[in-house]
Amino acid sequence: MGHGGGGALSAELVREVFAPAYGGPALSAMGDSAAVELGGARLAFSTDSFVVRPLFFPGGSIGDLAVNGTVNDLAMSGARPAYLSCGFILEEGVETEVVRRVAEALGAAARAAGVEVATGDTKVVEAGHGDGVFINTSGIGLIPRGVDLRPQRVVPGDVVIVSGPIGVHGVAIMSVREGLEFGVEIESDCAALAGLVEAMLAVTEDLHVLRDPTRGGLAAALNEIASASGAGVVVQERSVPVPAPVANACAVLGLDPMYVANEGKLVAFVPREHADAVLAAMRAHPLGREAAVIGEAVDSHPGMVVARTGLGGTRVVDLPLGEQLPRIC
Amino acid sequence: MKYIEEFQDPALAERLLDEIRAAVTRPWALMEVCGGQTHTIIRHGIDQLLPDEVELIHGPGCPVCVTPLEVIDKALEIASRPGVIFCSFGDMLRVPGTGRDLFQVRGEGGDVRVVYSPLDALRVAQQNPDREVVFFGIGFETTAPPNAMTVYQARRLGIPNFSLLVSHVRVPPAIEAIMRSPNCRVQAFLAAGHVCSVMGTDEYPGLAERYRVPIVVTGFEPLDILEGVRRTVLQLERGEHTVDNAYPRAVRPEGNPAARAMLADVFEVTDRAWRGIGVIPDSGWRLSSRYREYDAEHRFQVTGIDTREPAACRSGEVLQGLLKPHECEAFGTVCTPRTPLGATMVSSEGACAAYYLYRRLDLPAAVTRSPEGSPVV
Repeated sequence: MGHGGGGALSAELVREVFAPAYGGPALSAMGDSAAVELGGARLAFSTDSFVVRPLFFPGGSIGDLAVNGTVNDLAMSGARPAYLSCGFILEEGVETEVVRRVAEALGAAARAAGVEVATGDTKVVEAGHGDGVFINTSGIGLIPRGVDLRPQRVVPGDVVIVSGPIGVHGVAIMSVREGLEFGVEIESDCAALAGLVEAMLAVTEDLHVLRDPTRGGLAAALNEIASASGAGVVVQERSVPVPAPVANACAVLGLDPMYVANEGKLVAFVPREHADAVLAAMRAHPLGREAAVIGEAVDSHPGMVVARTGLGGTRVVDLPLGEQLPRIC
Repeated sequence: MKYIEEFQDPALAERLLDEIRAAVTRPWALMEVCGGQTHTIIRHGIDQLLPDEVELIHGPGCPVCVTPLEVIDKALEIASRPGVIFCSFGDMLRVPGTGRDLFQVRGEGGDVRVVYSPLDALRVAQQNPDREVVFFGIGFETTAPPNAMTVYQARRLGIPNFSLLVSHVRVPPAIEAIMRSPNCRVQAFLAAGHVCSVMGTDEYPGLAERYRVPIVVTGFEPLDILEGVRRTVLQLERGEHTVDNAYPRAVRPEGNPAARAMLADVFEVTDRAWRGIGVIPDSGWRLSSRYREYDAEHRFQVTGIDTREPAACRSGEVLQGLLKPHECEAFGTVCTPRTPLGATMVSSEGACAAYYLYRRLDLPAAVTRSPEGSPVV
């Protein structure tokens, strides 16, 4: 089943199965997190499940991912993440020491992100019915007054900024999962982005949309925004920061770095008049040092993402169908 | 690897384009043989940058696309059997057989695994001595040597539960078949550099002479393609027809002798069916009789398969350069990467997939956004 890859098949499952079954206005916005009103406060509310293999990888672990994934989903709505829930599904036979290491990593990541794990749950499934450790985290955070981040606010002329080099997490995972050696060790960029978002919002509350390009990579994130906003997006391919080891690994495997997963990056659509100041604020933050302008929103080709290639041609950058599959040669 | 960036240098590309523009005096139709080259051309927009006189025709060189439906159906049948672990490169998993693909077999409980090397499949066989492990050995001269070596290793290590489902094809007979076609418009070939890195260039001078057609051995980066086009156009304009190696960093005239020896030991040349094209004499390899016990078709005796090609799919014409992908009535409407009629739409090296993924913006209005372009949570 290719429906978990964050591509077109995932979208189809949500559109055709989950959304009609659940209903509800908060769900219909289809963001990474829902913005809900409660007791006069605007809260961001999000949930995510983590089924990564292996549990520990260069630069992080499933524990870090479980915190940072949900924290980032909250941060992309401009919220200050506050509390997390944490559900562990353990496969019978998994060593307590492994669970302890995951839990410690999770706790450390939560402290680093400034959130508290406030509630949790543990279930055990029979051996063969899980993959060691699965984790679900949910989170809530407060959206500051005046902040309204939605793809619908994107207008032609907005500047597209990415917070740093892309494709690192996906290639790091592949390098250990498939035993591929790329000559240099590539570490995941797994990180919590709430601090970076706060630094950006300190420059202007008028950011239009933020998205963390996780599964499906930068291409999926840009397509989601283009599709939901109705604007076209043009990306200058040569401006997209791709580290050489990632580019080389992708070349070997026949993958496109634009579609490879990230875990500590964000893409922002910023009004043109604020773009320079936001970029400067991002570069002043440790997680945005290599931030770069990669393109703009346009009124031609609505809903589509187009890349200007390094040689001067153009191509459509489509939503990936499912997982990318390595090519035969 | 560190040179990838340099082979995409825009200033050098512009210089090559200027030379091509200066050389061209009339229309020429060149065929790039390999799907990897097609992918580079469309992904980087090289066809948009070339002068109008230079038409690139996409050739049959996508190994996934030309694998016959009957072989895919055999793969599906073998992969469905209890006790079998079926290993394949990733891009074969979405290729439709008659009614289903390998992903669906996996969803129905079949043990279908993606591997990155045939030797990984052999390791799976070593680790699972009570199971039958089958590797799907498809592709051109590029992938045939490692697959041959894996069978050689299986015998050397005494691993009895490994076999190869073979559908290997050879490029020179395909070039010959294209040139003999009464509808052929091809005036020159950009030969596939990877194939020549294994086989050398010795197979090509006879072809170039027989059909009076320039053949330029070409690599896969954007500058490789432009240099290949430049040299081809120069030959055409001068009325020459020689074999020219524009990929000397990878290709020697004699090729790779060790790989060729391995091929000669394990495989023998045979007639082979190409999906959408038909049987081309001497265009494939099968395991030689010495290695028959490692042949999955022999081991599993797959018979009684009812293979049905979708009537609307015109991928055969696309693969022969007779039709551009978007000229097919089904393109982008009933046939998309989500609902592919043929392998050319599903393979990452397929010409139809390249046009659909990268070039929809420039194509006629009928080719609009499909459900692929919808939002994701």
